[in-house]
This record gives sequence, C-alpha cells and structure tokens, in this order.
Amino acid sequence: MLKQIEGSQAVAQTVALSRPEVICAYPISPQTHIVEGLGELVKSGALAPCEFINVESEFAAMSVAIGSSAAGARTYTATASQGLLFMAEAVYNASGLGLPIVMTVANRAIGAPINIWNDHSDSMSQRDCGWIQLFAAHNQEAADLHIQAFKLAEELSMPVMVCMDGFILTHAVERVDIPAQNEVDAFLPPYEPRQVLDVNEPVSIGAMVGPEAFMEVRYLAHAKQLMALDRIPQIAAEFAERFGRTTGGLVRGYRCQDADTIVVALGSVIGTLKDTVDELRGPADDGPRIGVLGIHSFRPFPLAAVRAALEQAKRVVVLEKSFSVGLGGVVSTDVRLALSGLGLQGYTVIAGLGGRAITKASLARMLREAVADRLPPLTFLDLDERIVKRQLEREAATRRSGPIAENLLRDLGTVASKVS
Amino acid sequence: MHQPVKFYQTGTFTVGNRLLAPEQRSVQASTERSNSLNSGHRACQGCGEALGARYAVDAAMRATGNQLIAANATGCLEVFSTPYPETSWQLPWIHSLFGNAAAVGTGIAAALKVKAIKAGAEHSPVRVIAQGGDGGTTDIGFGCLSGMFERNDDVLYLCYDNEAYMNTGVQRSSATPPAARTATTMAVGAHPGAEFGQGKNLPLIAMAHEIPYVATATVADLRDLEAKVEKAMSIHGARYLHILVPCPLGWGAASHDTIRLARLARETGIFPVFEAEHGEVTAVTKIRRHVPVEEYLRPQKRFAHLFSGNGHPETIARIQADADRNIRRFKLLDEAQQEA
Ligand SMILES: Cc1ncc(C[n+]2csc(CCOP(=O)(O)OP(=O)(O)O)c2C)c(N)n1
Ligand code: SF4
Repeated sequence: MLKQIEGSQAVAQTVALSRPEVICAYPISPQTHIVEGLGELVKSGALAPCEFINVESEFAAMSVAIGSSAAGARTYTATASQGLLFMAEAVYNASGLGLPIVMTVANRAIGAPINIWNDHSDSMSQRDCGWIQLFAAHNQEAADLHIQAFKLAEELSMPVMVCMDGFILTHAVERVDIPAQNEVDAFLPPYEPRQVLDVNEPVSIGAMVGPEAFMEVRYLAHAKQLMALDRIPQIAAEFAERFGRTTGGLVRGYRCQDADTIVVALGSVIGTLKDTVDELRGPADDGPRIGVLGIHSFRPFPLAAVRAALEQAKRVVVLEKSFSVGLGGVVSTDVRLALSGLGLQGYTVIAGLGGRAITKASLARMLREAVADRLPPLTFLDLDERIVKRQLEREAATRRSGPIAENLLRDLGTVASKVS
Repeated sequence: MHQPVKFYQTGTFTVGNRLLAPEQRSVQASTERSNSLNSGHRACQGCGEALGARYAVDAAMRATGNQLIAANATGCLEVFSTPYPETSWQLPWIHSLFGNAAAVGTGIAAALKVKAIKAGAEHSPVRVIAQGGDGGTTDIGFGCLSGMFERNDDVLYLCYDNEAYMNTGVQRSSATPPAARTATTMAVGAHPGAEFGQGKNLPLIAMAHEIPYVATATVADLRDLEAKVEKAMSIHGARYLHILVPCPLGWGAASHDTIRLARLARETGIFPVFEAEHGEVTAVTKIRRHVPVEEYLRPQKRFAHLFSGNGHPETIARIQADADRNIRRFKLLDEAQQEA
C-alpha cells in the first residue's frame, strides 16, 4: 500500500512484516525512530509473538541477538555510529558464528568531535567484519532491502547490514509502497536455522579454534560472501518479479551506456548525482557525457559488476562519505581494485562528512573539473581551506594550541560551545 | 542427553550417598547423571572450576529433565572444554565472547519464550544457564549481567570464582582478594599483592538488584551446590550463583588441596556461604570449625609473601578483620561458638 511515511517508520513496518521473533536494540540517533516504531508494534501485540528487549548497551544488543539467533529465532537490531563501534566485538562474532541477524545501520559520523549527522564512517569501519552490507539509495529501497536481507541472511546463514543514510533517509517523509503481509510471507519463508541450540541435538557453537582450521573458517566466510554475490541479484530479481520494483542488487547504472565519465557512489547521494548529471547533460543531451553508478552491495564488493559497468568509460570519480585517514577513500580503494589494468583515470572525492550538505552546485563544479581532467586525485568537496590552514599555523606556533573543533568554530565566527 | 557414567568417586561419601533414599541422593552419586561436561577436557589437575561446573551443570540438567542450554564466557572453562574439534559439552552450548555470556543467555531465553508462546505454553520447557569466571562476571561482563538482572531475564548465571583471570596467566580481577599476588599485583612494595578496599562483592551487588534468587557455594560442599542449583532452577527469572572454585595453578596450591582450601575459605569466614531471595538473606551455612585466616592463607603461594622474612602480621590481621566482619554480617557463627 502506498503511504506518505517517514523512512524509519517504513523500515519498522517492513521489518515487522518480515515477522521477527526477537528484536533487541539500544537507542542512538538517527536510528531511534526505527526501534521506537518496532517497540510500539511489539508492545501493542501487533507483532505477537515477538520479544522486544530493552538492553543496557549496543554490545548487549548484539549479544542478545547472537543468543536468540543461535537459539533459532529470527532476530533484528539497529544502530548507528558510536553504537556500531561499541558493539564491534560482537558484530564480528555474529558473522564468525554464521548467525543470520539483520541489522539496520542508520549511517552517522563517528566522533570526536561528536556529530550526529550522516556520513558512512560507521558501517565502513566494519567493512571487514564478514557481514553483508547493502546500501539503500532511497526509502523505498531501504524498506524493500530489509525483506530481501532476511531472505539472504537466512539462506546463507550470515548476518546482513542494511545501511541507510541517517536523517536524509531515516527522517525524510516520502511515498513508500509498503507490501501486504501475505505478499511478504510468500516471499520470505520462516527461519530455518542451519545450526541451532537444540536440546534434542546438542551442538557446541563457538569452540576455540587454533591455527589448524582458523584459516579455513575465515576462508569459508569469504566463500559465502562470493555466493552472496550470486544470490543478491537473484533475490533482487525475485523481489522485482513479485513486487514490481527494482531495488537492491549489486550495482545500478544511470546513463552509463554512452558515458565517458562515471561517478560511483553509495546511498542517498545517488539521487542528487542523477539530478546533477541530468542538468549537466542538458535537455538536448549535448553536455558532458556523465553517468552514475550506484553501488548497492558494498560487501560482498561486486568487483566484476563494477568493472563491467565502468570499463567503457575514460574516467571514474568515486564520491564517498567515508574516509580512511592517512590514505584517502575507502570505497575508492575497492573500485580501483575492480579497475586494475584498465588504465582509467581515477578520482576520489570525499564529501558530506558529518552531514556537510552535498549540493548540486558543488557536484556540478567538481564534475566539470573532472571532465576536464583538472581534478586532483583526492578532493575534499567544499573543504574550507582557510580555517584548516589557520589551525595548522596555530599548531605550528604553539604547542598548547587548544582544542581543534573549538578553534575552528571561533575562526568561523561561531561562538565556541561552553559547558555551563 | 543421558549417557552411562563411570564412577570416579570412592570413599565413604559416595557410599553414604548411595545409602540414602534415591530422591535424596546427590546428582553425582547417580549413574543417571547427565555427565554434561565429560572427561577428556584439558583443565589442570585439581581444577576447582572444572569440578564446580560439572556439578552445577549436571544438577541443572537433572532439575530440568535435561532441557537445558548453556552460554559460556571466554575463560578457562571455555578454553579447556572446547579445543576444536573436540568438545566436552553434552548439552547445547554456545561461546560468544568474554563479556557477553549473560546477554547471550538473555537472547536464548527470549528465543525460547517466543517458541513456547507459539506452542501455546506460558514458559519454555527448555531453560538457560550462562556461566563464566570471575573476570567475565565481575569485570568485563558486569554491564550485561546487571542488565540481565535488572530485566529479570529467565537465566541462571553461574560465576566460577577463582579470584583472578586464570586463562590469561593469573592477572588480578575485581574479585581478587586483598594482598593476593597475581601477575598484575606483584608481591613487591610496602603493601605487596592486591590492594585493600578495592574489588566487588558480586553476590551483594546481585542482591541489590532484588532478583528472585542469589546464592553462594563452594566446591567443598558439593551437595549444597547441587541443592542450590536445583532450587535456582525451580524459580523463573534472573538467578545468580557465585561458586568459589580454587585454582591450583593461580593460587599456587597443591592439586589435592582444592577442596580443603574451599572449605577453609568458608570455615574462616572469608567466603560466606548463604542464600538470598529478593534481596534478603534467607539462609547461611554456619561455620562448623572456626579457624583463623592464617590456616587458609598459608598453603597458597599467592600469599607466601605474608609469611616470608619478617612477614606482614598487620596484613594478616586486616584479612582476619575482613573475615570477622563477614562472620558478624552474615551471622556465620552460632551464639554458643561466638562465646567460646
Ligand atoms: C574483550 C576481551 N578482552 C580480553 C580477553 C582476554 N581474556 C580471555 S579469558 C580472560 C580472563 C578470564 O578470566 P576469568 O573470567 O576470571 O575466567 P578464568 O579463566 O579465571 O576461569 C581474558 C582477560 C578477551 N578474550 N576478550
Ligand atoms: S588455571 Fe586454574 S581455573 Fe584454569 S584450568 Fe587450571 S586450575 Fe582450572
């Protein structure tokens, strides 16, 4: 049914339609509305039988999820930012144990300085944890991906993270088609655990494994991700056939066929990029031939699909909201691996960190530079060079130069925050 | 999960058990015991934790008709019992992390509850225990444990207290007693060993959560341990059992002294043995033969510095004062004994 609905509520409703049996989460912005919505559905009995457990931390939330998933219950949680980092040890553990937990990450920057706004630093920090990571471009996709995520997770017995941009998606009210319960039931069979804590068939889960088999266990995690590389597009196709919408999959291109410049991105910025590209190409399509490639599956990383989508282009701009300090882009590294040997010109653009608005104007300016091959290999979109320079000078001049964030705020003319 | 059991125990205690009416016999005296933690694991000789865990889990198995699932924290018990590809556990068992056994237990209990409701029952016939060492319980896992208590989740948490982080090489935990030498509280300086006035008393903290059942036990009174586990399993909600399990390796004691030291810990008053319900103490095990703390400290190398050279009589006196305080607080001595 078509609804004008907040992204978080759309996710809460589709998670509910997936019939979770245990939900356990700890509040953090911008994830809160999702679990609040689910909490209400559980409390009102609409989801029965389902247990909603209020825990004392994200570490506990993921740990409860591990227990309930291992005991055979369909399990859901959600978090963001500091919360994801706080649960990190258990995040790795859940995938190591092969537990099909589904978790929404309402993407948010990681402090310090503390910042509640959107970028992708949080889920990228868990890049290598063994979870499947799917990125939603808009709220319809965010909602639909959750139904697909449960199916994928349970078929492969591995956990899936659905990443959606905090606030930009979670708090945006958009039109979303929420499927009917019987449609979801037909798509998503009940959870049949691969391994389960069963008194009639006792198994030990999580044994201590030494050098003789640890490599093999880790390799198998990789092998499963490669299997997911096949299943993700298949499940997206099955979903499309049943629900009549294309969402998910590995990558999706926009105006890439004739493009010599392709911008690669994840998440909600894909929409802004499409609009920018349309404007640059112009109504007569006589502008620069730019296309957009959205990556919807970040883990497993679709090397072949990315390569196939980009190999005809001359240059690739990876626009990403994450940043590997001391190197450059996180996603760029993966994209360049996919393009190795092709001789394409590659650019990394870090944008939107901590919720900095990514405007069409800035994107257009940056893309014109890229098309003219004048873009530096690593660009920080809309970085205020003046205040950065001033702080570097300050630090060179005096060792006790003071707290960086507060200095920058003062330079910007914003009153420094004070604890009263 | 029942399998015939070989008897290892000999002597009058075993015989005595068999002379009792069947329903009064200890779990371990019966060949019908589940033998959930079976032989072949790699605990040190005389390991109190291995002994405590075997008795506790078998008792829980009997109390539940073998309908039991266990979550285990990282630590000696986990490492010595599940060296891949072997396992000593004959019940469904999961190890996730060092600090989350209580929360994993909560998750299992939640899943079981949903299954029970789907089957039209109020409670699941299958019950949950979570277990860990004192480090996993009093330190890193404390937040998860407190959360489990506060929500009154249907889990029995078993803490095997060997008073240090044994698995990583005997470092201090917040259950390490004052003056004890560990790898991180060395026997050097003016006040050698662990500090006085630090550490946590988990049974009292558990009581402060007003959960239905809290008890302490030692491996010196195994029948008492079994009885407490059985009682705990007769109750729904959060339950906590704190078991003193001497560790020959970490305490620097002889392997054959495990039981004796556990008994001395109780008979000195250093380790009060009691039960509490909803935050109130309901029963205590009285001291039968009251002994000075020195008798308990002397056989342990972790306290050797208290007796070498000029010794540390003032430190021993402080430990004695702590024991005396326990005796007063928990009324561990009969009035007649107190006067004597
Ligand atoms: C997060 C984390 N920190 C540290 C460790 C290392 N570690 C494993 S077991 C252990 C100590 C266990 O001590 P305790 O809980 O008292 O159990 P014991 O081995 O004494 O039975 C430590 C520090 C770990 N596994 N995980
Ligand atoms: S170190 Fe201590 S607790 Fe660990 S196995 Fe040996 S005796 Fe048991």
